[in-house]
Amino acid sequence: MRPFAFDTATDSGAAIAIHGGDDRRAYIAGGTTLIDLVKLDVMRPAALIDVSRLPLAEVERLDDGRLRIGAAVTNSELAHHPLVREHYPLLAQAILAGASTQIRNMATTAGNVMQRTRCPYYRDAAAACNRREPGSGCDALHGINRMHAVLGVSEQCIATHPSDMCVALAALGATLTLEGPEGRREIAFNDFHRLPAEHPEIEHELAPGELITHVTLDTPLVGGGAAYLKLRDRASYEFALASAGAVVALEGEVISDVRLALGGVATKPWRAVEAERALDGQPAVASSFEVAADAALQDAVPREHNAFKIPLARQAIVRALRDATARAGTTTTTRGNQG
Amino acid sequence: MTTQTIGQRTPRVDGEFKLTGRADYAVDHSAPGMLIGYPVPASIAHGTLAGLDLETARAMPGVVDIFHHGHFPTLARSPNSMAQQNVVSEVRLPFEDTRIYYDGQLVALVVAETFEQARAAAHAVRAEYHEEAGAISGLLHTDRDGEWQAGQARSRGEPREAWEQSPVRIDRTYTIAAESHVPMEVHATLAEWRDGRLRVHESSQGVLFQRKAMARIFDIAEEDVEVVSHYIGSGFGNKLFMWPHAVATAAAAREVGRPVRTVMPRQQDMATTGNRPASRQRLRLAADEAGRLTAIRHDSTTETSPVHTHVDAVGSATPSLYACDNVAVGQRLVTVNHGTPCPMRGPGEVSGLFALECAMDELAGELGIDPLDLRRRNHAERDPGKDLPWSSKHLDACYDNAAARFGWSRREPGIGAMRDGDEILGWGMASCTWFAGRQPCAARVELHADGHVTAACGTQDIGTGTYTVVAQTVAELTGVPLSRIEVRLGESSLPAGPLSGGSMATATTLPAVAAATRQALDALKEVATGDGGAFAGVAGESLGVEQGTLTDGGGRRVGFAEVLEGLRLASVTGDGQAAPGDEKTRYSFRSFGAHFVEVRWDPGISRLRVSRVVSDFDIGRAINPATARNQVEGSIVMGIGMALLEGLDYDPRDARLVNNNYADYLIPTHADMPEIDVELLDHPDFAFNEFGARGVGEIGLTGIAAAIANAVYHATGKRLRDLPIRLEHLLVE
Repeated sequence: MRPFAFDTATDSGAAIAIHGGDDRRAYIAGGTTLIDLVKLDVMRPAALIDVSRLPLAEVERLDDGRLRIGAAVTNSELAHHPLVREHYPLLAQAILAGASTQIRNMATTAGNVMQRTRCPYYRDAAAACNRREPGSGCDALHGINRMHAVLGVSEQCIATHPSDMCVALAALGATLTLEGPEGRREIAFNDFHRLPAEHPEIEHELAPGELITHVTLDTPLVGGGAAYLKLRDRASYEFALASAGAVVALEGEVISDVRLALGGVATKPWRAVEAERALDGQPAVASSFEVAADAALQDAVPREHNAFKIPLARQAIVRALRDATARAGTTTTTRGNQG
Repeated sequence: MTTQTIGQRTPRVDGEFKLTGRADYAVDHSAPGMLIGYPVPASIAHGTLAGLDLETARAMPGVVDIFHHGHFPTLARSPNSMAQQNVVSEVRLPFEDTRIYYDGQLVALVVAETFEQARAAAHAVRAEYHEEAGAISGLLHTDRDGEWQAGQARSRGEPREAWEQSPVRIDRTYTIAAESHVPMEVHATLAEWRDGRLRVHESSQGVLFQRKAMARIFDIAEEDVEVVSHYIGSGFGNKLFMWPHAVATAAAAREVGRPVRTVMPRQQDMATTGNRPASRQRLRLAADEAGRLTAIRHDSTTETSPVHTHVDAVGSATPSLYACDNVAVGQRLVTVNHGTPCPMRGPGEVSGLFALECAMDELAGELGIDPLDLRRRNHAERDPGKDLPWSSKHLDACYDNAAARFGWSRREPGIGAMRDGDEILGWGMASCTWFAGRQPCAARVELHADGHVTAACGTQDIGTGTYTVVAQTVAELTGVPLSRIEVRLGESSLPAGPLSGGSMATATTLPAVAAATRQALDALKEVATGDGGAFAGVAGESLGVEQGTLTDGGGRRVGFAEVLEGLRLASVTGDGQAAPGDEKTRYSFRSFGAHFVEVRWDPGISRLRVSRVVSDFDIGRAINPATARNQVEGSIVMGIGMALLEGLDYDPRDARLVNNNYADYLIPTHADMPEIDVELLDHPDFAFNEFGARGVGEIGLTGIAAAIANAVYHATGKRLRDLPIRLEHLLVE
């Protein structure tokens, strides 16, 4: 076999020291992406550093009202956590719309942030892929690209970011705490993932050896109603063709605050800022939602097989805003998997 | 026939083994000194293999050998004959030449000490190709007409003239994407040679066929090959006939002098071990104003691979399903750069009935007749395709019962007329049919002195419940409880049994098991009435059998065990054979059914889900209604996949298979399950065999995709003739 080293770290300092900023080494927690890609010969780490036992498994409310989530908290724990269910139902809904129970039991919060695209050409070591092998080309541009992105794309890469959880994080607003050889720093969640542009192989802002230790959610919108709507071919266990996560707060019939993010259609978790702007102060009615949806998709770039994602994403946005509005100011309980 | 266990809902006798992990699948077996094989797939679909750089791989730890073109023993091809029972899925032998015919084609087999070593070395093999332009990525991406298949052509009456002269006509083309069987258990082979004899553990639906094919390929006596397949994690047809990995593994084992086990990686399994070929079908239906069919013309095209001819007989049910005087069926075959297609559950007729039953729905619309009513008006009282009476046909009852339970009479015919909140309901239906076939079969039954009974047959249980129905048959005839009956299947040295395919295993196997049971009982009576026997001096024919005992009718009962023990005999044995007779010259044998489907369509978010399926089937007698119904329910789920999800995506540029895994090739999940309500009529077909069973493994998949497509039309007004139906085809901007 192709041998690799395996170390288990019990604190982040030790993990970072073992890693040493060597890009042939990789952190592993749940392993739901990494092991898969190693078996496909797509990732070939020379060493794995197990960070699943770091003391980062707490979910706690900070004095300023924000929620701090340890990197090693599993997706299942997070989705069912009382504080998440009560204050961030969008996050619970989004997590439960993704993967399967078994995978959510293994996958961690930071691991979910770090998950790789499901582009089949990325996962096929014999195909051309700029993300996997810079400069090799992109077989998806003119290939089977029904699942691919329409927002944030470049001529180098149109791979979709597959996470549901990250769509909720993008909408809710969050801060990542990073720890590395140079110390500790924080970065806004929406600045963490990079667009592919000319360098799709650089997926995020992590410096060599850096580790995500916490995800801290912004304070929740008071009275906000939440809806995560995931549209896909089958009812479960499939990545989104288009998804929308919305939180809507009302003053009377008017939208006082709104958060909207999209999944399944973009190369990174996609905060729909243009749509939010279009909704601000508008009546919470279908026509406002439609204008916002158009704004969110105005820069979308269709390919041969995925043009339908643009109208589909519009539908996801309009319905998610409708459902979030219906829940605003009334209840904030989790509705669970929306299928 | 009054029965004790036949026809009774019976828990699977092997259920406990499956639940507790004691059921031995092919990969559960190992052998002393066993090595692991890992296949290296071609990464082009059309060209030649220019060279293999094996230097790195050979030097890796644990690597024992790497087989490829130029380093592989010379073997013979199998004659690939159905009559000789040595059919293989691909006649071309592994590594026979340097041509690459399809993506994933085996170009090397790495043999190493461990799985991880073999896989790592396989990844390190570097292949160089001369890729050629012009790969045919599929029937639906080429304008080739294909080769006319004279053997598939059927005609009666004057279909051309009748078509031209009919007042109401439709002419429609339907396509179905290539589908994968995706059995949960991938293909696997463990091959072991000992003193020139080959023993193979394989996930197989036909151990006898594999034995005979292996014997021809390695040029050894059939008796020197044993193929074992005790359990398989489904196959749906792609484990009927063996694939090149089995030959490569057996040859490797002989060359290295140690057992070798190869498990196909999922990605390669999907590319290379069969598929339901894509099809294009043109249906021309004509009717008079009263809705009676006056002409049916069914012209289809399917795919095969460059290395093997597979004809999916798409039109084979068309001449028989409806009364019509003028019928023509024809088929063409296009060679594409795919792994070889093979039978997949309901081969041919499942594809054919999608088109025919959608066309019937379209014709009903054209005529302004209710779709169910149109079927009734064209009910075939006898088989118009064979001009024979049906042995037993109760399709009318299927229509009546299922329609009543479904509530069909409440259907509002207008498009989108049935609403529920954000959703629109669509109701559709289709007829179902599948031929009933039967093969010769042998079996052995042994009554043991400790009271237990063994029954053996060289067929397989592919998850359908064959172990259980064989045990039920023995129990029925002996009165011995199921818990004391041990069934042995899935070994090629057992009495010759059938392939587990074509929904024929039950109808084929049980008469032979019954014959063997009677032989064993006769042998028991013979010893019981002989010297020193419990019934010494009594005429054997006067003895009866009750609950595991022999009885003299005068109140005296002696248990089988006691009879044998009294004579110090370990056991008595019965060998039985059974084969179809001349009944096929007198009757046509087919099963029938009907599916009624409800879909829910939410146009605001383009979400389509199947919410309800109600079905009735006329399959003769269900030996075990629990497992029989399970077959239909599973077929319905599979049909939802066919209609809405499944399709192999071959890249049009180079014919490489893109969605070669469970994540990207979509099949229904538990959350996609609709309410399913299946009833089986109980009209035993005693003209077919003594138990009246016609088989049920495949018929449930016929018609279901059409019923769904027809329901989709009712909900949306979109007549989608290409499978799978995807939300982008329905999306309303």
